[in-house]
Amino acid sequence: MLEHIELFFRSIFIDNMVFAVFLGMCSYLAVSKKVATAVGLGAAVIFVLAVTVPLNWLLDQYLLRDGALVWLGPEYADYNLSFLSFILFIATIATMVQLVEIVVEKFSPSLYNQLGIFLPLIAVNCAILGGSLFMQSRDIQTLGLAFNYGISSGIGWFLAILAIAAIREKIRYSNVPAPLRGLGITFIITGLMGIGFQSFGGMLTGGDEAPAEEETTTVQKIEKEEGEINKEIDENEVSYNDILNK
Amino acid sequence: MGLLSKKEAGLVLDPLADNNPITIQVLGICSALAITAELKASIVMAVSVMFVLAMGNVVISLMRNIIPSKIRIIVQLVVVATLVIIVDQVLRAFAYELSKTLSVFVGLIITNCIIMGRFEAFALANGPWRSFLDGIGNSLGYGIILVIIGFFRELLGSGTLLGFKVLGDPIAKTGLYSFGYENNGFMIIPPAALIVVGIIIWVQRSRNPSLVEEN
Repeated sequence: MLEHIELFFRSIFIDNMVFAVFLGMCSYLAVSKKVATAVGLGAAVIFVLAVTVPLNWLLDQYLLRDGALVWLGPEYADYNLSFLSFILFIATIATMVQLVEIVVEKFSPSLYNQLGIFLPLIAVNCAILGGSLFMQSRDIQTLGLAFNYGISSGIGWFLAILAIAAIREKIRYSNVPAPLRGLGITFIITGLMGIGFQSFGGMLTGGDEAPAEEETTTVQKIEKEEGEINKEIDENEVSYNDILNK
Repeated sequence: MGLLSKKEAGLVLDPLADNNPITIQVLGICSALAITAELKASIVMAVSVMFVLAMGNVVISLMRNIIPSKIRIIVQLVVVATLVIIVDQVLRAFAYELSKTLSVFVGLIITNCIIMGRFEAFALANGPWRSFLDGIGNSLGYGIILVIIGFFRELLGSGTLLGFKVLGDPIAKTGLYSFGYENNGFMIIPPAALIVVGIIIWVQRSRNPSLVEEN
């Protein structure tokens, strides 16, 4: 539970897709002139990330990584297909985007009208492929965590494009120096926002001594709040230990 | 030029300044910002993109009459992904440390908007030689911005260029550091890249007012 919460906040604020690793900048800059369209694209990104990251996690776990093919039989244990991950990930993403487009069009025409025009754009949005590649390189452990990572990094991207769209709507009434108008000032504002987001870095890690204490306090809080769940987990652990001991 | 006609030379030279992929067309920003803390990584990234874009443009241009237009995005993605896998494997084999620094950003060349943008806008409508030149030109325009950003970020942030201590030794206090100069740690953090690009855009548009946009 704690690792879910930590991953959630870490990928929204600390490793924010836009401000920390600059993913999806192209559509971030191109579609952020109005808040309404920014919300549409942001929602589509959350949706597609939530679908593709877990799917690519399964691909990575059972097909690509070193020794992943062992479920076929012990003679396949030496295969390492990770060099194929780019092409498989992007194929999954392109297919899923197409599929999602068809399904949404069929079952929810109103949602399709809002998201539809953005979906084709998303196949080549670096944030989507970046989500899968970071999922692979950060070694995310379970399917649940992968799903969490997809959703939360999507939310981080959504927040970023929403904020910049709101600022750009207001900045239209300001007297920006002519050569900086449009693209230039957007870059500089994003840079300043990025510096602001850097300060979230202290949220989870803290200083040198602090993290251990902070973690225990959060653990205690969560234990108080969700004591029942933890009891269940404890019981499970106890039973596991019993099984192991036996 | 003897080798290239005037039009063909334009294909290579236009993207360097007035039709620059990063500062004017707003394509391929993602990788331009994330890996430019060091000059060396910027150069390697620029060369990788040049290879992928020029080769990809040629391949797509050769296949342009047989690709069904409905599935062209997927075909393009497969071509790019194949070329990027080649680049990635070569980097891993010959420059392992560097490929660690670039980490996922080599893979992200696949979704670099410059590449898809040039495929769509140019290679699908032009012959292989012109597409090749267009690819070289656009990746040079991309590379030039990367090298400028990398140059200033590494020089001001770490006081080195390509790893050489050009400003003296900050610990032994030699060179510029003996006068009390300090490295600007701000240039190392990622958001500094955005501000450097903003300044490049500012300079470029001040010199050529026809590029100024509406707010």
